Amino acid sequence: MKITLKVWRQKNIQSKGQFETYQVEANEHMSFLEMMDVLNESLIAEKKDPVSFEHDCREGICGTCNMVINGQPHGPMKGTTVCQLHMRSFKDGDTIVVEPWRAKAFPLVKDLVVDRSAFDRIIQAGGYVSVNTGQAQDANAIPIEKDTASDAFDAATCIGCGACVAACPNASAMLFTSAKVSHLAQLPQGKVESKKRVQAMVNQMDDEGFGMCSNVGACEAECPKEISIENIALMNREYFGSVVGSETSV
Amino acid sequence: MSWVSKFLTSSIGRKLLMSLTGLFLVVFLVVHLIGNLQLMVADQGKAFNIYAEFMTTNPLIKTTSYGLYFFILLHAVQGIILWQKNRAARGTRYAVPNKVSSTFASRNMAWLGIIIFVFLVLHMGQFWFRMKMGDVPPVTYDGQTVKNLYAIVAEAFSQWWYVVIYVVSMIVIGFHLLHGFQSAFQTLGLNHRKYTPFIKGLGVIYSIIVPLAFAIIPLYFFFMIKS
Repeated sequence: MKITLKVWRQKNIQSKGQFETYQVEANEHMSFLEMMDVLNESLIAEKKDPVSFEHDCREGICGTCNMVINGQPHGPMKGTTVCQLHMRSFKDGDTIVVEPWRAKAFPLVKDLVVDRSAFDRIIQAGGYVSVNTGQAQDANAIPIEKDTASDAFDAATCIGCGACVAACPNASAMLFTSAKVSHLAQLPQGKVESKKRVQAMVNQMDDEGFGMCSNVGACEAECPKEISIENIALMNREYFGSVVGSETSV
Repeated sequence: MSWVSKFLTSSIGRKLLMSLTGLFLVVFLVVHLIGNLQLMVADQGKAFNIYAEFMTTNPLIKTTSYGLYFFILLHAVQGIILWQKNRAARGTRYAVPNKVSSTFASRNMAWLGIIIFVFLVLHMGQFWFRMKMGDVPPVTYDGQTVKNLYAIVAEAFSQWWYVVIYVVSMIVIGFHLLHGFQSAFQTLGLNHRKYTPFIKGLGVIYSIIVPLAFAIIPLYFFFMIKS
């Protein structure tokens, strides 16, 4: 199948970027990243600079690959990352526009690569459980109701890819932050620090320059792990409870 | 910064202000509509004029109305601040806009809000300002002289361009509410697997019924009373 690709090329954050148009001969069994590999092979053969893009596991679980394909983070397939998107989702002769995540808080590094360390700093601010040294206790020693465990697990499936920020018209990181807050707040091990955690993480999220959620819901629609915006409501409740309803302040 | 100002300027705090002021305006619209529906009573405006007199002179209502003006301004100013900050957070815009993963209303709340605000200015100038400061002819019912706001309304609603602006504005308000109603509950953290479908359903019904009922009044005046 013949594909016309319009790819965002930008040397670095200082330089001005623009779209370059390429013709790629792909087949429908290729993943989108394999199709990008084919493009890069041909660019290298022509002694041109290949397109920089991030990838790691190519199994849909690491959250490294990130591209906005025809306006949609991770492309048109629901509940998958770019690496799990296959060319059979497109037609012969299609023109595909590929852009990087667009957010002030994710400064562009090169071409399709953005710096997502803002997410790391949000996690560092509170997305953990303090564990004292010593023997780990038996996992079943603390009873957790099945539904609660499942909700916490669903939130925990967030891979931190940043598609929520890329999809949100406000470049808000609330789905990401709320997934982490919600995952830990629902479990006994995480509840201990939940009041401090939610404030620390929200403060960090605000400091990073992400936008503010207006409940558009594009994040949950584009999330490759289909994290629900129920988590944002839970984070808001946690935040109100922590700031207004407790003496904790961070 | 004290914890209060830090809270109210945080991302979630700003949203909380939008949500609470929005919900107040949702309640206000119902009260306003019930008052307006008296325009449809076939008594040459007696019920409406007596009601208007009560609304402009009762001290409790007057106090509440100052709250209302404040909340409208707070909602508008906060909305503009959010809009500006959110646009800045995006930075470079996408070449291909994403229209499949969200609703038209949710993406355009600021634009819809701006149109509503422009309408409000016109609307307040037309009725509220004239009622407060202007030359409203008096009318006497059972020995009580009140301002004949009904006559002003009837005059305004006999002009086709005002009726058009009014009806279009109601459609805009309908779209704004379509997202705003359920969004306010989500912001408050009220997302529940049992109740959220009910809130969303109620929001859709509210967003259709209330603007529609408002819009019927000028149409009724233009087509029925005039002829």
